[in-house]
Amino acid sequence: MKRELIKFICFSLFVMLMPSFFKGGYLMNVLVFVGINTMLAIALNLLLGYAGQISLGHAGFFGLGAYLSGIMTVTYGWNPWQAMPVAAIAVGCLAYLIGFPILKLKGHYLAMATLGIGIIIYIVFNETYDLTGGPSGLSGIPNLELGGIVFDTDVKNYYLIWTFTLAVVLFSINLANSRVGRALRAVHDSEVAARVVGVNARLLKVQVFALSAVLSSLAGSLYAHTMTFISPASFGFNFSVELLTMVVIGGLGSVYGSFLGAALLTLLPEFLRSANDYDIIIYGGLLVIMVMFMPGGLVRGIPDLFKKVFKTKGGADHA
Amino acid sequence: MLEVVGITQIFGGVTALEDVSFSIRKGDITGVIGPNGAGKTTLFNIITGIYTQTSGKVLFEEKDVSGLPPERLARLSMVRTFQNIELFGGMTVHENVMVGMHTKSSSSLFSCALKMPWSIFEERRIREASMKWLEFTGITELADVTAANLPFGKGRLLEIARALAVEPRIILMDEPAAGLNSQETLALGQLIKRIRDLGITVLLVEHDMELVMDICDRIVVLNLGRKLAEGTPREIQDNPDVISAYLGDDD
Repeated sequence: MKRELIKFICFSLFVMLMPSFFKGGYLMNVLVFVGINTMLAIALNLLLGYAGQISLGHAGFFGLGAYLSGIMTVTYGWNPWQAMPVAAIAVGCLAYLIGFPILKLKGHYLAMATLGIGIIIYIVFNETYDLTGGPSGLSGIPNLELGGIVFDTDVKNYYLIWTFTLAVVLFSINLANSRVGRALRAVHDSEVAARVVGVNARLLKVQVFALSAVLSSLAGSLYAHTMTFISPASFGFNFSVELLTMVVIGGLGSVYGSFLGAALLTLLPEFLRSANDYDIIIYGGLLVIMVMFMPGGLVRGIPDLFKKVFKTKGGADHA
Repeated sequence: MLEVVGITQIFGGVTALEDVSFSIRKGDITGVIGPNGAGKTTLFNIITGIYTQTSGKVLFEEKDVSGLPPERLARLSMVRTFQNIELFGGMTVHENVMVGMHTKSSSSLFSCALKMPWSIFEERRIREASMKWLEFTGITELADVTAANLPFGKGRLLEIARALAVEPRIILMDEPAAGLNSQETLALGQLIKRIRDLGITVLLVEHDMELVMDICDRIVVLNLGRKLAEGTPREIQDNPDVISAYLGDDD
């Protein structure tokens, strides 16, 4: 437990000192996205990595958070700080209701069902012009404000988003190492054995599905209030798949893995921009290579790589 | 304490169990034996809520528990182990047993995630109490090993430790000696007796006759889905029906 705390403090320091290396600039904006994506990847990882239940519709919950927050503040003039929790609770309730029937499904069938939900939500964003502005999006969403500080620059937003992200990291680590987290992993490993020792697998799966949706909604609200403009294109099927990729590349069942996956998948396209038209090929190729050689994800693959390099060096010294 | 009343189970057109009734006494070790295909495992799966029977009732401590799911039965203090060992492979041995204490703890998802004082306190209690069951089954030194890496015999002990952490009043074991060598089987027999000495009623399905005859207080014999005989090990050994079922008739 102590080790977890030290790891978290080191991670927080790393995150909080980051901006001093960049002094604003475009990269700060990208790092804001890394924060939002980390939150989303952790939310999905709780469901996929810990409880072993897939979702291909998480972009939908992310979008619901963004749109609910946007509509409540723009159309109805709410304060963003009120809109965010209300959106999160609403999305949580919705996910809870959806969760009961669909989490009866397993594997491919669950993937299809969640995929369908994601697509339905996406269609609703597109078609309800009066509420969402349709495909042209919703603009003029107010920034968050706290004690006279308006979060309207990349650096301010960086601290705002990462404060939330760090809270989600700590929340998830605590959960993973508790009786509930263990029960989740137990359901993942052997559902029948978990039930036999008294874990209500069905209820637990629905609960974690709802929790995952709430965290995604929170990320969505923060996204809306930092970008001030949202459109359905950001919440489509592609993004659900991207989130899934972040979780798998980073490492299933690891909170810091989700950060690594989110950071890699958010930063890589920016770095590959100089490769012009070849960026997609390099990007795809790198992902394939990583999955092949680091099946446990970055969080396990990188330490292994270091160990290997270290070992071969040691061997060479002896010889 | 546990009573099976007229259980019939039909799969498609096949009758796996036909009107099976017996009752077991509190504090006994009862063995269910029978040739392959006699319906022993089916019976176990019905009692423990994995299957729902076609007809008949299961009474546990005078309460009708027919059709209750396994997680409800665990709360009523009934727990089981599996023939093929169902462990939580990705978790450590200690964590496996800690999951066994799920019904004996109550911190909610949010109080766990927010590390409320009572959940920290409860976590400590779970951690300590679960060690007791590792000691009881003699696998304390394996506490930090990942369960998937355990040898089969140790995995069996872990599964029993995890079941005991539920603090059951009855434990059902599906072929606990399957896959164990003779030394491990001997130790298992001693362990099952020690479990009974804790006041826990034991019901087991087993093929190892030596073990069954040695530790069981009573034995129920199934053959082709029906109860063939019931009695003490002595009576069963001398029962002509049982002998012919196992060895075949002369003619």
